[in-house]
Amino acid sequence: MQSIRTDQGDQTSRVMPDATHKQLRIATRNCGFIDPESIDDYIGVRGYQALATALQAPPAETVAIVKESGLRGRGGGGFPTGLKWEIASKNKADQKYMVCNADEGDPGAFMDRAVLEGDPHSIVEAMAIGGYAIGASKGAVYIRAEYPLAIKRLKKAMDDAKAYGLLGENILGSGFDFDIEIKYGAGAFVCGEETALIRSMEGQRGEPKTKPPFPAQSGYWAKPTIVNNVETYANIPAIILNGADWFSSIGTEKSKGTKVFALAGKIRNTGLIEVPMGITLGEVINEIGAGCPGDKKFKAVQTGGPSGGALTSKDLDVAIDYDNLIAKGSMMGSGGMVVMDEDDCMVSIAKFFLDFTMDETCGKCTPCRIGSKRLYEILAKITSGDGSMEDIDKLKGLASVIKDTALCGLGQTMPNPILSTLENYWDEYVAHVQDKKCPAGVCSALLTYSIDPKKCTGCGLCAIVCPVSCIAGAKKEAHSIDASRCIKCGSCYEKCKFDAVLKS
Amino acid sequence: MTKITSYDELRQRCADVKAQKASLAKDKIIINVSLATCSIAAGGKKALQAIEEEVAAAGLQDAVMIMKSGCMTYCYAEPTVEIAKPGAAPVVFGDVDEAKARALVTDYIVRNEPVEGVIPVNYVRVAF
Repeated sequence: MQSIRTDQGDQTSRVMPDATHKQLRIATRNCGFIDPESIDDYIGVRGYQALATALQAPPAETVAIVKESGLRGRGGGGFPTGLKWEIASKNKADQKYMVCNADEGDPGAFMDRAVLEGDPHSIVEAMAIGGYAIGASKGAVYIRAEYPLAIKRLKKAMDDAKAYGLLGENILGSGFDFDIEIKYGAGAFVCGEETALIRSMEGQRGEPKTKPPFPAQSGYWAKPTIVNNVETYANIPAIILNGADWFSSIGTEKSKGTKVFALAGKIRNTGLIEVPMGITLGEVINEIGAGCPGDKKFKAVQTGGPSGGALTSKDLDVAIDYDNLIAKGSMMGSGGMVVMDEDDCMVSIAKFFLDFTMDETCGKCTPCRIGSKRLYEILAKITSGDGSMEDIDKLKGLASVIKDTALCGLGQTMPNPILSTLENYWDEYVAHVQDKKCPAGVCSALLTYSIDPKKCTGCGLCAIVCPVSCIAGAKKEAHSIDASRCIKCGSCYEKCKFDAVLKS
Repeated sequence: MTKITSYDELRQRCADVKAQKASLAKDKIIINVSLATCSIAAGGKKALQAIEEEVAAAGLQDAVMIMKSGCMTYCYAEPTVEIAKPGAAPVVFGDVDEAKARALVTDYIVRNEPVEGVIPVNYVRVAF
């Protein structure tokens, strides 16, 4: 057997970050460039050669390369992938499993779907590499049933790989067998947590359990199991082909390589971006994203979805990596980046995410099941104008308790949107409870609409769109709103061409 | 499909595909339509159909190869279509509705005139 390290072939592919282009595409290297339904297209970009390379050396060498590369789990937690593989490879068992977590559930995140739809073979190949590394002959992709096109393309990729002998028995004459099956998820957010995912795969309720034992010790059917995210897998073939030293030379000291983000919300260039770790938030928002539309002022960005927190306009020079985001009270998460501008109310945003986690809690542990409901109720009270300073204290106290006591990652991180907005936007909370005002003009219960008689031309458009007919006035004369009947829907505000409707 | 049984065969197959792609790129105009779930929802299939119709109407079937790929990452400008003329760098067009899809064939390809909505390349990528 020879060493993998000698076979790095074409050195021109060892691309490095480029200051003028900002983005560096490793995980999404083939998306949009090859036909995802053609295995030949993938073979033409050295597809399955990383697997072939790995098969030429002992499995421990693949584990060592992944470890040296510094790759960390791209699903959110950031656990070192090589270390995970090493633990599973050292555990002796008659059967081990390689699982791909494609249960992408963060609101606003869709990078896993993009990779599965644009480059499914890279996942098939990477799972086989992982299987060889840890000694697993079976793999499973846990994918949400809401992704029919991704499933179709993945299935085709698996069938074609089998027909070519790149999956199945005795792959490339090496004696290594590996096969993959697809398991469908029903789209429960908690099933992105690996122990819940494994239970769901076994046909049980998707509920997490305490760790240890970790899945790498005892997972699917109590066998050593590796659960890696789609994006993590997508990096593996590139690491094998280009070498660990190449990958580890990209990024920051503790976060290597790139991260794919789904840039969404109040940003001009919405889209998928892949950037080297360590890029600043400002570069992402102002250069790649081209700022907020309508020249509104950038206010904050929620990273890590409902488990993360807000980075604010003060954090534009923060270098994005796993540790810096945690230090800022947020987290990397799977890579959703929801951008907010000056018109967004941070209390409402926190309420939105709590509404999501309240729906998605599995109900197994009390802090999460009941805590999420109580947090949501307090936020609803504040946004409807009935809150007090005591409520804010209660919110803070309860959030800290849940963070410390919930069973799994979903519960432990669920208070993050509240804690981080309390930290960064304390004044907004206070304005809601003390002044009964929503500074961003979002919380409808705290708004009053009126018409400026000087600007009103009496065109009557507002009266026509008002769903409760509470606007009156003679033609070509200033109109007025009957505040007692106004439902604060904002239709008149949006319709008025003369900026005569005032919101306060 | 014949099975690939060794690394050497795999390398050979890779070289064959690369050679085939290189000769295609030399001879043909390659139109690459992004067709991920989101691109399709934004009208990617309509753009594809319009392109196919215009290519047929102009009698360009032999000069053009139409390719379907996945996400091109420009959500803000979906549907997106990439066109590579022989010997030139590929150009990605955004917001390709049916009318623009037709214009890409009749104006950009047939008459060699510019069409608006070119998305600048803002990345480097690992291409094996």
